[in-house]
Amino acid sequence: MSGLLSIRDLSVRLPRGADRSHALIGVSLDLAPNEILCLVGESGSGKSLTAAAIMGLLPGPQVFAEKGAILFEGRDLLRLSEAEMRAIRGARIGMIFQEPMTALNPVLPVGRQIEEVLEEHTAMTRAERVGRVLALLEEVRIPDPASAARAHPHELSGGQRQRAMIAMALALNPRLLIADEPTTALDVTTQKHILGLIRELQRSHGTGVLFITHDFGVVAEIADRVAVMQHGRVVEQGAAEQVLNRPSHPYTRALIAAVPTLAHSPRGRDFPCAPVLAVRNLSKTYRAAGLFARRRTVHAVKDVSFDLHRGETLGIVGESGSGKSTVARCLVRLLDPDGGSMVVDGLDMAALSRARLRREARRVQMVFQDPFASLNPRRTAGDLVAQGPMLHGVPREEAQARAAELFRLVGLDPAAMSRLPHEFSGGQRQRIGLARALAMRPTVLVADEPVSALDVSVQAQVLRLLRDLRDRLSLSIVFITHDLRVAAELCDRIAVMHEGEIVEHGPTAEVFAAPRHDYTRTLMDSIPGRTWTPPALEPA
Amino acid sequence: MAAFRRYLRSPAPVLGLVLLMAVIAMALCADLVFPRDPLALAGRPLQWPGTNPRFWLGTDGSGRDIAAQIFHGARVSLLIGVVATAIAIALGIAIGAVAGFYGGGVDTVLMRVTEAFQTLPNFILLLVLVAVFGSDIVTVTVSIGAVSWPAPARLTRAEVLSLRNREFVLACRTLGMGDLRLILGEILPNALPPVIVYASVVMAVAILLESALAFLGLSDPNVASWGNLIGTGRTVIRSEWYVSAIPGVAILVTVLAVSLVGQGLNDALNPRLKERT
Repeated sequence: MSGLLSIRDLSVRLPRGADRSHALIGVSLDLAPNEILCLVGESGSGKSLTAAAIMGLLPGPQVFAEKGAILFEGRDLLRLSEAEMRAIRGARIGMIFQEPMTALNPVLPVGRQIEEVLEEHTAMTRAERVGRVLALLEEVRIPDPASAARAHPHELSGGQRQRAMIAMALALNPRLLIADEPTTALDVTTQKHILGLIRELQRSHGTGVLFITHDFGVVAEIADRVAVMQHGRVVEQGAAEQVLNRPSHPYTRALIAAVPTLAHSPRGRDFPCAPVLAVRNLSKTYRAAGLFARRRTVHAVKDVSFDLHRGETLGIVGESGSGKSTVARCLVRLLDPDGGSMVVDGLDMAALSRARLRREARRVQMVFQDPFASLNPRRTAGDLVAQGPMLHGVPREEAQARAAELFRLVGLDPAAMSRLPHEFSGGQRQRIGLARALAMRPTVLVADEPVSALDVSVQAQVLRLLRDLRDRLSLSIVFITHDLRVAAELCDRIAVMHEGEIVEHGPTAEVFAAPRHDYTRTLMDSIPGRTWTPPALEPA
Repeated sequence: MAAFRRYLRSPAPVLGLVLLMAVIAMALCADLVFPRDPLALAGRPLQWPGTNPRFWLGTDGSGRDIAAQIFHGARVSLLIGVVATAIAIALGIAIGAVAGFYGGGVDTVLMRVTEAFQTLPNFILLLVLVAVFGSDIVTVTVSIGAVSWPAPARLTRAEVLSLRNREFVLACRTLGMGDLRLILGEILPNALPPVIVYASVVMAVAILLESALAFLGLSDPNVASWGNLIGTGRTVIRSEWYVSAIPGVAILVTVLAVSLVGQGLNDALNPRLKERT
């Protein structure tokens, strides 16, 4: 095979005291020109370190390539001097990162930053460089390239920034493009455009692309071939169609089985009784109050109304800035709504005073997104769960006993109650967060993106737990998510939010089968890999 | 425990700890070694160290035993250092926590007051306080504490600001926790490590401030402090320089010990730095 990039038996050492001795063990990969190879794996699998090894950017003297070779256009990158690597980086190998805001220099105009690449590697004159920058920005289809070139990174949207990064990476027409989770920080509709752009540019330039991702939907969308990594090893490698639909390695099978499917939506159920939560005309406006600055008002939430019945799960889906998190925070009164009512069991939570609210806190409880930030690092897991009931007058022993019971309920060992949060994994911490909310015996549970920071296999476990608990305890859940696959998996009904308003609202199956609103249709169209249905796999 | 082991790993903090222990030991055994009043006349004035086996560090201009004053002075310096630091840190944490947690108008007022204090050199402010309220040891200590709180206040405020919107604090808020418990139970324990480290700086400065006051003759003349000894040695500094130099070395060693311990604490309590070097 006339490979563009060929990694042979690469092992990368980790410093002593790390959780394993090697970050990569005997990794072999092949990438042909004009091909997209997706490197998939969960966090800690070594996929980003593979990219760093190719670029010669392994961190520090303690993390180094112990053996193996990285052949790029016939030369072993591991044997090159730093000066030779510099000539290759940027010119022959381009790279795009997950977060364009931090990958771009905030104090330089975007055009100037692209120009720097040209200045470093070519003998072009100033005028030629400026012309080339405009041509590049045009090629990545940034609206109004001339003004985008003059703009600073913060003046562009996330998608535009990522386009600028791609323009920079492609400035010198590299043979190899490494894309490290380039769409993970973007909204689905933007993601769709960026994926399309990468595919199109790769076709027209014949570039080889090493595309790192954790998302099988994205893989289905863009990959020619797929390599699956686990604990620093490549466990399976092959054509996209084969790996996605007929995976052979048990780990790949487990990963794909964990991907939520769009095809089956939960049963539409009837809820005849009165709603436990009735939200009417909820509004929240942010005012940027400056003494001299022009006053800006942002209508984060406009006239949002919905009902939630006992035992029901309502999914609120939308992109960033749609106001879905503002709704969640208003529901638990972390934010004070400007108007409207939120009636829980006959009590309007929106009208309560601070002191009264503290007493009624148990009615609505929240599960947070970030499993690392949402637990006080200095309290034991047991205390975290027992804390809430104790605040409301439950004696310590009883609260601890209830906590132990909840630990069993969410699938944790009560013996672990004396441990501190950092001794738990991300999925386990999210279970603690759930136990903490359930300890209050809430009428309504608000879950704000509870699985989006988790790896796909852990995500599947937490979703299964949520569904199981909902059915056993008749929980009423408001589930906030940006991920339509997750929403389809769990929710009975879905409300789609866009620019602060609910644009569509109905049973999940109906919304997915026949979206009525234009925006909902766009959203459905943007789900990565929507044409791919994960095969029904028996766990091997 | 892990933090303590990290502390013991590098030599400088260990040296600091040993020196600090030595100073504390001096303060503790002062009454045993020198049971007499250190400010009482002991012998012929201005005897050089080593010339009289009774006074191994010599005598000062009034014929008082320098060694006795050094030992008893360790008590005064440490006491002033600890008490003034406690006052400064307590004030600083209270003001910083309230400003950081409530934000808005409260924050603006408190921070403007803090800035007002910071724009005045704190030694000048200290001179004013001592001039107005007198210079007995209690007033001096309280005054030193009262001029040293702005920096810890700003530090606490910055930490509280970054913590108050963390998800774990929000989570406690949704459980119905009151503000006082949120601040004391959830935020402060996480905000304190850098403030505790900074306390060592405050303590070193407090000891220096007292010495500076005493050197100018404005500290309490009825206690055997190192600064007083330097002050009395000032008049004979050209011929009998040891009178000022010996307490000067004592101050140097104590301040060095406190700062080394502070640095060691910083490295031990700040896990982000632990893998460097």
